[in-house]
Amino acid sequence: MKNRLRRTMMFLNAQRASLIKDAYVYKPDSIIFDLEDAVAENQKDSARISLYNALKTIDYRGIERVVRINGWDTPHAKEDVRAAVAAGADTLRLPKTETPEDILVVEKEIEKAEKEFNVPVGKTLMMAAVETPLGVINAYNIAKCSERLMGIAIGAGDYMRTMHTTRSAEGIEMLGARAQLVIAARAAGIMCFDTVYTDLDNMEGFTKEVKLIKQMGFDGKSIISPKQIPIVHQVFAPTPEEIEKAEKYIRALKANSEDGIGVFTVDGQMVDVAMLEGAKRTITLAKASGIYEGDL
Amino acid sequence: MILKKSAIAGTLESSDAQIAIEPGSNGIELTLSSNVMGQYGKQIKTVVLETLKRLDVENAKISVVDKGALDCTIKARVECAVFRAAEIVENLPWGRKM
Repeated sequence: MKNRLRRTMMFLNAQRASLIKDAYVYKPDSIIFDLEDAVAENQKDSARISLYNALKTIDYRGIERVVRINGWDTPHAKEDVRAAVAAGADTLRLPKTETPEDILVVEKEIEKAEKEFNVPVGKTLMMAAVETPLGVINAYNIAKCSERLMGIAIGAGDYMRTMHTTRSAEGIEMLGARAQLVIAARAAGIMCFDTVYTDLDNMEGFTKEVKLIKQMGFDGKSIISPKQIPIVHQVFAPTPEEIEKAEKYIRALKANSEDGIGVFTVDGQMVDVAMLEGAKRTITLAKASGIYEGDL
Repeated sequence: MILKKSAIAGTLESSDAQIAIEPGSNGIELTLSSNVMGQYGKQIKTVVLETLKRLDVENAKISVVDKGALDCTIKARVECAVFRAAEIVENLPWGRKM
């Protein structure tokens, strides 16, 4: 599904048998099986074959299965695509994307693999990690270049290196890239995801960062540990007031559209169809958070 | 599939299995060690032999050290060891013999 709940995208080294066998118990919205940076160079084949067998065998209980493939300039990427598509992966994540061409060349390879392995053409989605200044500048062109692209993600590690800076608690060094990517994603009508937070002992700092990126408009966050999941899901959960307002909007929009009315007021607020999508998203988040008791 | 050299795949970590394989000349010679030999030893041997058969490996000496691996992990490690031993790195037969 191109548009689905993706608050948490949890990275796992695809080569580690103990990690991939039951990651679903933590209930992230997506699992990112990593064939790239987490895997040692001499284990790329092992991770790929391990991924293939896991995806063909293990039931991940509806969690989206994303595969981070190696860069297209490596000898590994083509076989990564073949293995992931043959295994039935939901989405392929491209690292270090800088131009639309980076997407299109891989998309062609995905389509070729779909035909080779009898996967319905177009079924395999893509997402792009933007990790350099050039990628940030090209973010909108990347975001709108393919129907398969469900989202873009900012990757801080390489971005910091290429920007000649380091991560700070305040995140000022990430502000420009984060803003640029969210704007590009919204303009292109796709999703946008924030980078990982690597200091696993600082849950206060993590919470602060999640609140920041949610307020900026990100749809979710890449994570590296199960213990980060409940915090993200908590921060992304709508408040009772937000839920109530969303319910009112949805019911009122439905009732009024039946009467041919397009603009009206609810509790003194002007409401029109443009607010329907946001209200529906609120209800979806509330359901996913396990806090919705209504009937919409 | 013809094995050209010795190869190892997997680790001795919990939930994993380590496979060592080398060219043989007397069919399949399999040795297995597992901490759940009594309950799953037979099943593990079946998975290993079926995987080798599917890959058309007819002669090999293979040693398996199981650390509580799922069948799909054992299969993955055997496949990896075989392809390494056969020096095959691309155009693997996904969805066909795997």
